[in-house]
Amino acid sequence: MIPDKDKEELRVRSIRNGSVIDHITAGNALNVLRILGITGISTAIVSVVMNVPSKRLAFGRKDIVKIEDRELVPAEVDKIALIAPQATINIIRDYEVVQKKLVVLPDLITHVVRCPNLNCISNSAEPIYSKFRVLDSFVLRCSYCESIIDSDIATYLI
Amino acid sequence: MRDLTRDDVDFVLDYAEKMMPCAKAGVRLLQSRILALLFFEPSTRTQLSFDSAMKRLGGSTLSLTSEESSVLKGETLADTIKVVGEYADAIVLRHPREGAARMASEISSVPIINGGDGAGHHPTQTLLDLFTIKKESHLHDLDIALLGDLKYGRTAHSLAYALNMYDANITLVAPEGLQMPKHIVSTLDSVRLTEDIDEVIRDVDVLYVTRIQKERFPDPNEYLRVAKSYRITLPVLEGVRDNLIIMHPLPRVDEIAQEVDQTKYAKYFKQAFYGIPVRMALLAILLNGAT
Repeated sequence: MIPDKDKEELRVRSIRNGSVIDHITAGNALNVLRILGITGISTAIVSVVMNVPSKRLAFGRKDIVKIEDRELVPAEVDKIALIAPQATINIIRDYEVVQKKLVVLPDLITHVVRCPNLNCISNSAEPIYSKFRVLDSFVLRCSYCESIIDSDIATYLI
Repeated sequence: MRDLTRDDVDFVLDYAEKMMPCAKAGVRLLQSRILALLFFEPSTRTQLSFDSAMKRLGGSTLSLTSEESSVLKGETLADTIKVVGEYADAIVLRHPREGAARMASEISSVPIINGGDGAGHHPTQTLLDLFTIKKESHLHDLDIALLGDLKYGRTAHSLAYALNMYDANITLVAPEGLQMPKHIVSTLDSVRLTEDIDEVIRDVDVLYVTRIQKERFPDPNEYLRVAKSYRITLPVLEGVRDNLIIMHPLPRVDEIAQEVDQTKYAKYFKQAFYGIPVRMALLAILLNGAT
């Protein structure tokens, strides 16, 4: 008999080296992949677990993403805070957790979300990236046209 | 306007006051300095006003409009700004896209003045509006009504934000569907919203009228009804405060009747003139390092 706890962990095997993003707000695993630039054509080995039970998150569900052979850097980690503010990131080396990070909402985010205002200069052919000031959790203000994003941030991810 | 503190605005307004005697007579402050006027959408009034202000300061101007070659060839605004920065000491930029001036300021080697960006901001209009209020009325303890299309009218957005720095009591008078966006209203400390001009007109020191654009209304009859109910005529002005002033960023269509021009309340042409000393002040501060 395998104990219940171990059954949960067996859903996806442990990784040897890489990053485990845990406690992602349920439903946002694919958005986390988008933020990290992981698409169908990337070669990384990625495991995605969605809607597993969680005692910590509201609604009792969470997503988990495991990326092999890639250690996330702080700038990448902070972008995840935009859509999954309670996420934790574990850096794994040789099956051991060598570092545990909490996501921190950055003050300024560049080239992560597109401005909802189609007439904003950042949505034109000019050689610039979108830039947003983070006013509050889930409230962003475009540094160019001052448009506000205060809901559905994931739909504006680049 | 968000980038400016009240001290910054006061500094510009005080400097504009110093420029008043030179606004007609001229002064040789910026000789051999060149101001580039980059207007990617037409705005004759703003362009002429900057042109006049620079020339009154003894400087000269270069103009580029969107019909001219480099723009038609598809050059980016970023490249245009870099090149023109090599020819001129400062650039006034008018552009149809919001945020254009802020982008230009990030890449330009010379100062950029925002001459209006799409439906975004028009800060020099706001500064001249404040200067007009200061000269013709008072900025302290002010009761003001902003009237018209407050949803799309950018002059009203910037002005409301700036007036809040002076603790003004602001009444926003707009028809249903054209009221000021919530994200701006929520930043105002003393604000009241109404659809009825008659309710407020006798309780204000300044009535700031803006144009209601026909294209905002799907039904032409509805437009006519609304436009009529917001029209300022002599009967509408009965019983107003003795010191009331009426302002308008111009051009007007028929939201203020011509007969009102003859009253002591009408200050909109004076307001257009005040654009000169205010823009002279800005140019002197930017190009002459006035402190």
